[in-house]
Amino acid sequence: MSNPVHNQHRAAPASPTELATALGATGYLADDGLATAAFLALRMNRPLFCEGEPGTGKTALAQAMAEVLGAELIRLQCHEGIDASQALYDWDFPRQLLHLRALEAAAGAAEERLDAEAVEASLYDPRFLIARPVLRALQTTPSVLLIDEVDRADDEFEAFLLEVLTEHAVTIPEVGEIRAERPPLVVLTSNRTREVHDALKRRCLYLWLDHPDVNREIAILRSRLPGVPERLAAQVAGAVRKMRQLDLLKPPGVAESLDWAQALQLLGARELDMDAAAASLGAVLKYREDADRVRAQLDAVLA
Amino acid sequence: MTQFGGPLPAPLAGLVGPGGRGDRDADPVPGLVGFAAALRHAGLAVTTDRVAAFLTALDELDVTSKPQTYWAGRLTLCADPDDIGRYDAAFEAWFEPTLRGQRTTVQDQRRPPPSQLAALTRDNEPAEEDDPDPDGPEITRLRVAASATEVLRHRDLAELTAAEREHLRALLSLLRADPPMRTSRRRRPAKRGTPDPGRTLRAALRNQGEIRELRRRAPRRRPRRVVLLIDVSGSMAPYADTLMRFAHVVVRRMPAAGSGAEVFTIGTRLTRITRELRHRDAERALSAAGRAIPDWSGGTKLGDALRAFIDRWGQRGVARRAVVVIFSDGWERGEPTTLAEQLARLRRLAHRIIWVNPHAGKDGYAPIQGGIVAALPHLDELLAGHSLATLERLLEVMAHA
Repeated sequence: MSNPVHNQHRAAPASPTELATALGATGYLADDGLATAAFLALRMNRPLFCEGEPGTGKTALAQAMAEVLGAELIRLQCHEGIDASQALYDWDFPRQLLHLRALEAAAGAAEERLDAEAVEASLYDPRFLIARPVLRALQTTPSVLLIDEVDRADDEFEAFLLEVLTEHAVTIPEVGEIRAERPPLVVLTSNRTREVHDALKRRCLYLWLDHPDVNREIAILRSRLPGVPERLAAQVAGAVRKMRQLDLLKPPGVAESLDWAQALQLLGARELDMDAAAASLGAVLKYREDADRVRAQLDAVLA
Repeated sequence: MTQFGGPLPAPLAGLVGPGGRGDRDADPVPGLVGFAAALRHAGLAVTTDRVAAFLTALDELDVTSKPQTYWAGRLTLCADPDDIGRYDAAFEAWFEPTLRGQRTTVQDQRRPPPSQLAALTRDNEPAEEDDPDPDGPEITRLRVAASATEVLRHRDLAELTAAEREHLRALLSLLRADPPMRTSRRRRPAKRGTPDPGRTLRAALRNQGEIRELRRRAPRRRPRRVVLLIDVSGSMAPYADTLMRFAHVVVRRMPAAGSGAEVFTIGTRLTRITRELRHRDAERALSAAGRAIPDWSGGTKLGDALRAFIDRWGQRGVARRAVVVIFSDGWERGEPTTLAEQLARLRRLAHRIIWVNPHAGKDGYAPIQGGIVAALPHLDELLAGHSLATLERLLEVMAHA
């Protein structure tokens, strides 16, 4: 833990403020807490566990960090039933079988006896190893490993992650231990569909992401969509803010306001009026009940 | 670990902690560890390794800066959005130097619940006080109860005597709660099913590369999640204690990891008590749950509480494909239309919705309460829940849902 990060691909930021500036340059606007979290994750070699409403920039953070560090972003999308063979590595069984047959055919033609040990050793050659995201992240330096929506995976998978995240190494029985030259920066995201086990959280830094305030949201819109006029960005941010207070089934996140602003821009709207809003409401609200409710008081939302 | 005793920046006045310990050359570690202890009192699960992480984080940051200290603690010591409010309060209290220089304590501001278990079973046995001979009838009653388990199973829970209640607790803890099952995406070796290339190849290797038989795999069976929503309003008070015990049995019997059972109480607001009920000992679990619930025996806003449940938990996944059991008599103070709307939402998320109404088993019951009328179209089952026998029946329905 106490070793400073050596020979970083790009110079490692020396303070949270510096990191925030670097993130800002990639178009990701980080507040104090977020910058501190990412800075500590780098310095302490701890995974960063991000929780928050959908669309608050959890995944985008990993992308921005990869850009800042000049590292490759390796993404593992979790889903129910994901297991080690999809996250870590798998053997390419069909190719192994073919290889075995080819050896046999060659030996048969030359009328030799096959040495069983040698054949087995040749089967577990790294070229038959399919590296899945986690193994790839350990082998790639520098890298950012994004474990997205870890709450969707089942609990056995968490236990498996624990091992990899604390050791930064995996052991493949036929090959041996594969250890990361330098631990990748690990970002885990969760939408809280399920409570993630405390043992996993304890090894991470915990970051709760909220919707940004209006000014930050305008800044995010402006930096992500440079073509959007300032007035439109401010109107979109204001309208989205009002929608979030409306007690909707799915309050729109930053991702939705970005979508909406882009949709309006593509429709050629210079500012947010009733017609443009009504036409493009589908970009920001994804439930019929929500759309009905907002449409009924559209003038108040746009005011 | 890093060297915490080492030279950390000295000017820490006001940051190290209250009580005049902020000397300019003081070692900051005791103050910071004390802060962690205060957080523990505020209810955060602060463990030693978390404190170590907190100190390591501060080592990387500027310990003299208040925002950086705040974030170092929030990132390492919190583990849940619910923790953050408590953390903020504790941080303010600890690091704001108080004028009188007194030690700041973090107080639990929640209203104390009406004395736990006794409150759950109150207002039912006034008979014992005007009993001339306190020993005699009590013993008889016990004996009767013991010999009449069958009768007790069918008695209305609201009309039990203290001794019968005692007996019923023993019976409740013997209930068998089998979780409903569903097929998982994961597969395990099986006799029938789709081919399993890995195992086939490994078997072939042991056999000089000859594939003699095709190994197969099939989806695994996993327990389906069960969600219990227990109405703790005034009209349900006679049943609350038994239902909480029932919930405790369910939580304890269903595998806790991953898709275990979840228990919430609904009244004027929603409280999650799964964590409290996980305790092995029923009495402790119940008293912990009692402390956590702020709205015992209040009114009912079923629709609003249900909306809170779906927004905060259900839609995020707790109710998805789960068996949801609602224990309520359907007396609704709020708008029945809200309840109907929310149940329609829940219907789209959950696998089955079972409504358990303690009054449904009584003679002459008709579902006329506003809440029940609104709910009926969205339910899979409406069961009675006034006796042990009906709760056993509920477990059967749940296991086969």
